[in-house]
Amino acid sequence: MKLERRSALKTLGGAAAIGAAASLAARAAHAAGDIPVASIHDLSGGLDIYGKPMEDAMKLATEEINAAGGLLGRKVKLISYDSQSNMQQYTQFAQQAALKDKVAVVHGGITSASREVIRPVLKRFNTLYFYNTQYEGGVCDRNTFCTGQTPAQNVEILMPHVMKKWGKRVYVVAADYNYGQITSDWVKKYTKDNGGEVVAVDFFPLDVTQFGPAIQKIQAAKPDLVLSALVGGAHISFYRQWAAAGMKAKIPMCSTTFSGGNEHIVLAPEEADGLVTAFSYFQSVDNPVNKQFVPRWHKRFGADYPYITELAVATYQGMHLWALGVKKAGSTDRMKVIQALESGIDFNGPSGKVTIDPATHHCTLDVHIAEVKAKKMVVLEAYKQRKPIDTAAVCNLIKSPNENKQFVIKI
Amino acid sequence: MDFALVVGIEILNAVASLMLISIGLAIIFGMMRIINLAHGEFLMLGGYAAITATKAGVNIWIAMLVVAPLVVGVIGVVVERCVVRFLYGRMVDTMLATWGLSLLLVGLVTTIFGNTTAGISSPLGPVLIGTYTVSLYTLFIVFVAAMVGLGLWLLLKKTRFGLIARGTMQNANMAAGLGLSPPRVYMVTFGIGAALAGLAGGVLAPITGVVPTIGVAYVAKAFITVIGGGASILTGTISASALFGTVNQLATFATTPVIGEVALLLAAIVLIRLLPQGITDRFFRRSL
Repeated sequence: MKLERRSALKTLGGAAAIGAAASLAARAAHAAGDIPVASIHDLSGGLDIYGKPMEDAMKLATEEINAAGGLLGRKVKLISYDSQSNMQQYTQFAQQAALKDKVAVVHGGITSASREVIRPVLKRFNTLYFYNTQYEGGVCDRNTFCTGQTPAQNVEILMPHVMKKWGKRVYVVAADYNYGQITSDWVKKYTKDNGGEVVAVDFFPLDVTQFGPAIQKIQAAKPDLVLSALVGGAHISFYRQWAAAGMKAKIPMCSTTFSGGNEHIVLAPEEADGLVTAFSYFQSVDNPVNKQFVPRWHKRFGADYPYITELAVATYQGMHLWALGVKKAGSTDRMKVIQALESGIDFNGPSGKVTIDPATHHCTLDVHIAEVKAKKMVVLEAYKQRKPIDTAAVCNLIKSPNENKQFVIKI
Repeated sequence: MDFALVVGIEILNAVASLMLISIGLAIIFGMMRIINLAHGEFLMLGGYAAITATKAGVNIWIAMLVVAPLVVGVIGVVVERCVVRFLYGRMVDTMLATWGLSLLLVGLVTTIFGNTTAGISSPLGPVLIGTYTVSLYTLFIVFVAAMVGLGLWLLLKKTRFGLIARGTMQNANMAAGLGLSPPRVYMVTFGIGAALAGLAGGVLAPITGVVPTIGVAYVAKAFITVIGGGASILTGTISASALFGTVNQLATFATTPVIGEVALLLAAIVLIRLLPQGITDRFFRRSL
């Protein structure tokens, strides 16, 4: 057969057309199929003590949403990334989630450092972002929702509580990155507001494990109490060495981070008992939703699950808040979901009622003060419906929706 | 006054810790010219051996002081037989082989124990010094380091094995000519170096906790100490530990742990610039 140029072209054109049609069809099928949702958490490395429960929370929330019929008649498909406690992985996975998986939302980021890595990436690629960790506050970005508590919600009630109990001179030990530094500034503010004084602040990089000199410096300063904003697996050594030096009997301690990574389970009771901390969620929080939630969690992940953490529950609530937003918007379109969430959606979660604050994209939530006792957190006081007033003082996304920065407290 | 004493104890502690983590490396490097890049992982294995044994119900002292060195010593002998013995005299090749080994060990331990911090509470209570309290365990570490130093000195100076080992390191052919077996001496010496690394890992585990990647934090400091110390195994390691530990701890007290680390590294750079062959090239020249 003689191959003519014209017929050859025709054949090629036809093939191309079929190819294009096929790829269009595939895209359409994708659109009508599952809704992809990405989660980026540290499931290995020094921060896995936080990341693993958060990932479990994503799984449980996704399964619950699907069991209830999914969203808009479609199933939610969870795509999980392990960022390995490594900042470079965060950039890579955020880009992958936004560009390759084309997800409807990304939940993730643990340390404030990792949040500031992925937040700009997701903003640039117009992918909705939920940050579900308690943090130092101040993020002002219409593309981002923060479902964790901020200093005005926990430090503000923690400081008067412990200062009334123990005294006015406070020594702060904190992790050396934006969370620890900004949080210690808030501690200074609230200590001063309550008539006390921060005598010194010491920062420790996340890989420091030897705290001998730090403990001696604290003894020399003779504070009434120590506040710890230490973070991660290596810093658990601080509590061990503190107890081994006999300091536990001499100077009481409170924390803004303790129990977030199961520290009270990892440490022996004689090392951790008596430490006071403030979080939105403790496993022992007493409300009807939590009474059903805890057995559900144990049924899914085993009765021997060490502890359901604050960060896990914030993640669980974050996922459900997003799902409510999608339902209300009737679409997974980013802008429509943001507008729906900005209508002030609320969710009755295990930590109590959580409401999205339209002006700041933070949450109004219940906060509790608890004490460590025999590997358990005993709730001492409950504070209902605390607003994110720290971020609200500087950020108003209704007035200036194009704001895109993290405000920092000035002292 | 009390504070000065407490600072002194913390300095002693830092010196002792540095010496413990470096001495195994010093033996393997100083006696056999093997650059053991898996040294950090030997320490890590010692930590896991101690923690696993303690959690399995073994007495914590036995776990740290017997189980950890024994386990890592045996691993060391196996490594020597399977890998290192083919590479004596090929320094660069030993680096490559032991680096590969360190990656393998990190991978294996991560698979078995997971990439999570494991730890045990440190035994012994606090001790009162004036108005300050210090962990008694800190002093225990100083004691262990002193015992290791003394034990090594006795072993190398006063026993027949020590004589044979030193002779073999000086001239292996001559030793072989006298009817000794250098490969066996190498094997045992490597095993001792590994066992001391295991001991250090075990003893430090209650303070720092362990993760599979903790070796990286140790290996750099160990190398700096051994290089800074120079040719004499024992005197070199002790003097370099004393210098770097003191600088590190004083800077940490005066400022922050970060500056403390920087001060240690700066001291090392200055030292190597002034004494390229290490401290014992100029001072204590004929010591062990």
